[in-house]
Amino acid sequence: MTNWRWDFVWEILPRLIWATGNTLLAAGGGYAIALVLGLALAVAQRSRHKLSKNILRELVEFIRSTPLVLQIFFIFYVGPQFGVWLSPWTAGMVAIGLHYAAYLSEVYRGGIDSVPKGQWEAATAINLTTTQTYWRIILPQALPPSLAGMGNYLVGIFKDTPMLSVIGVGELMHTANAIGSESYRFLEPYTLVGVIFLAISLPTAALVRLLEASVRRTLGMS
Amino acid sequence: MTFVEFIITYYPRFLSGTIVTIEQFVLASVLCIFLALLAGLMKLSPRTSVRACATVYIEIFRGTSLLVQLYWIFFVLPLFGITLDKFTAGFVAVGLNVGAYGAELVRGGVLSVPTGQWEAAVSINMSPGKRMSRIILPQALVNMLPAWGNLLIELLKGTALVATIAVADLTFEARQINYSTFMSAQSFGTALIIYYVLARFLLTPLMRRLEKIMARQIGRE
Amino acid sequence: MSEDMTQFPLRLEGENAPMVRFMNVSKSYGELTVLDQLNLDVAPGEMMTIIGPSGSGKTTVLRMLMTLETINKGVIYVDGEPLTHMEKNGVLVPANKMHLRRMRAKIGMCFQHFNLFPHMTALQNCMEGPVQVLGLTKESARQRAEELLEMVAMSDKRDHHPSRLSGGQQQRVAIARALAMRPKVMLFDEVTSALDPEVINEVTGVIRKLVGEHHLTMMMVTHQMGFARDISDRVCFFYGGKIEEQGAPADLFGSPKKQRTKQFLSAVKEAV
Ligand SMILES: Nc1ncnc2c1ncn2[C@@H]1O[C@H](COP(=O)(O)OP(=O)(O)O)[C@@H](O)[C@H]1O
Ligand SMILES: [Mg+2]
Repeated sequence: MTNWRWDFVWEILPRLIWATGNTLLAAGGGYAIALVLGLALAVAQRSRHKLSKNILRELVEFIRSTPLVLQIFFIFYVGPQFGVWLSPWTAGMVAIGLHYAAYLSEVYRGGIDSVPKGQWEAATAINLTTTQTYWRIILPQALPPSLAGMGNYLVGIFKDTPMLSVIGVGELMHTANAIGSESYRFLEPYTLVGVIFLAISLPTAALVRLLEASVRRTLGMS
Repeated sequence: MTFVEFIITYYPRFLSGTIVTIEQFVLASVLCIFLALLAGLMKLSPRTSVRACATVYIEIFRGTSLLVQLYWIFFVLPLFGITLDKFTAGFVAVGLNVGAYGAELVRGGVLSVPTGQWEAAVSINMSPGKRMSRIILPQALVNMLPAWGNLLIELLKGTALVATIAVADLTFEARQINYSTFMSAQSFGTALIIYYVLARFLLTPLMRRLEKIMARQIGRE
Repeated sequence: MSEDMTQFPLRLEGENAPMVRFMNVSKSYGELTVLDQLNLDVAPGEMMTIIGPSGSGKTTVLRMLMTLETINKGVIYVDGEPLTHMEKNGVLVPANKMHLRRMRAKIGMCFQHFNLFPHMTALQNCMEGPVQVLGLTKESARQRAEELLEMVAMSDKRDHHPSRLSGGQQQRVAIARALAMRPKVMLFDEVTSALDPEVINEVTGVIRKLVGEHHLTMMMVTHQMGFARDISDRVCFFYGGKIEEQGAPADLFGSPKKQRTKQFLSAVKEAV
């Protein structure tokens, strides 16, 4: 093969593995934000207030149809213009979190819409509050149909973390770039990054499918 | 500098960036659609080896990141004697990446055509090639077109990454303008809005139109 | 819109105050008027049955009482207090959320399609309201739920999820769930219509027991004419969003006065 050097691989592997930790951290942090914010977006879109509903819908469309990398730039650089400095990590996770919140809100909306109307009515009939109805009746039922989408976007977030390298977050891609510019060797670092991504995203996707089945079973819905 | 002055000063660069983005989008789309059809149909082949080839392509490109693929194609491929200029590397990477997702759409679309259609095509003694191209694919296409609308928006967004290898697209120009003016909200905000307009007011209506035309073509209203 | 609200009393008082009163209640969906100036009283402890052709507004009456539908005109009173309205500066204004929530505590409902919570067991279904809404401790809610499941003969299936119960069993759990809230008024909307014929008696048996042993006010929509005749104190025949005829079951079924009632009853008889 074209000059593939195993000794170099062993030399850089510890650094890449360390960076993998950062990648997972960024993905996890971004995903946590996306899970919560996405739910808020989904529920807010069910409000009866027409105007706020339409504004939210358009906002979600906006976030979904513009590039994440540009959103990362925007959030990272716009803060300082107005005197707020966000660290690359914070800006990056907020950007990723916001971007995927828009996607997840659609997933949740689908899940919530799939709960029969009678469930809302039965909840009203036993006099639950709206909040109780969401948490105890609707969301547990909206979860199983949402799981596949939620899992896909977990893998999606993970695969989008390399974009954080553009603002200097020390994740995998950033580390591979650094190695490349120090050693003028690109073959091993970039290939290894690809392999690491494959090694994590393929099993995760499989795991997500297993999880989905087991949640369905615990909720007695299969 | 007011926003109006900002736009007047920098609109030529936003414009040229937008044109490069559209070029990247069109070229990547062509490659993407070609690869999606090829790999999607290969995945339905009765031959295991053919299916395996398609699977390897799909899993590698869906299992890793577009940015990783882009860097690999731009920085590593030359070591294997394949040197692409940055413009070409850009749309090739995007096309290869999104094509892998498109392959799954093609496969799903073909499988969504009822088996009765296959049997009918066999019963009038069509060759396998004719069967696919004249009977199955047109129906599959109509079924998968809505999903392609979303995928092409993802592709448009994907082209923004070519800025990282210095292709002078919209994202690249926005970044340059930001460096020289420090007007970040204006630079990146304008670019975001242009992407949004491209996606929502050009691409989406175009795909809707196409869906209607295709549906009519195969007699579905 | 411009309705004179002073015609409606702020409360219903006195010995003979009904448990439920519909006063000039109208309901429409856009152009379609579903209920037109409905006046209807139900006395405390009364079992009132509504019959009538499909689309005549029977379900709407119950759903309005359960606050699942808003009303366009008139006032509904429950237990002496306005349900759809509340007092503000001596006049009735549309009820706010808090008022609705307080009033809803007086009413329980069973649905045609049960609407049990699928992710909870039978027991959990019956404990949900008492714990979350009434604020009972888990233990006392469990005790109450177990008694009620005993009453509907579902004790042995209390830890089953609804997906593992038959239609008749699910409906019995749904009745227990509604009763666990200790409502003053129970509403039954075609609770046997989605059931296989052989299990209908499981459910009607429970309702019979309720009539015999409890002093609950009940309103029931049903197509089981024999059952309605047996257990009702009064039967209302709905036609086109109005009460066409009402009376004691023996009279209404035995000697209906209106032409439409006769037609409906004979059509139902033929269907059986
Ligand atoms: N949400 C709704 N929107 C429009 N029309 C409705 C709605 N709900 C009920 N209706 C109409 O109201 C009328 C009465 O319905 P309903 O009370 O369900 O009748 P019943 O229970 O007697 O069969 C019917 O004509 C029905 O079509
Ligand atoms: Mg009905």
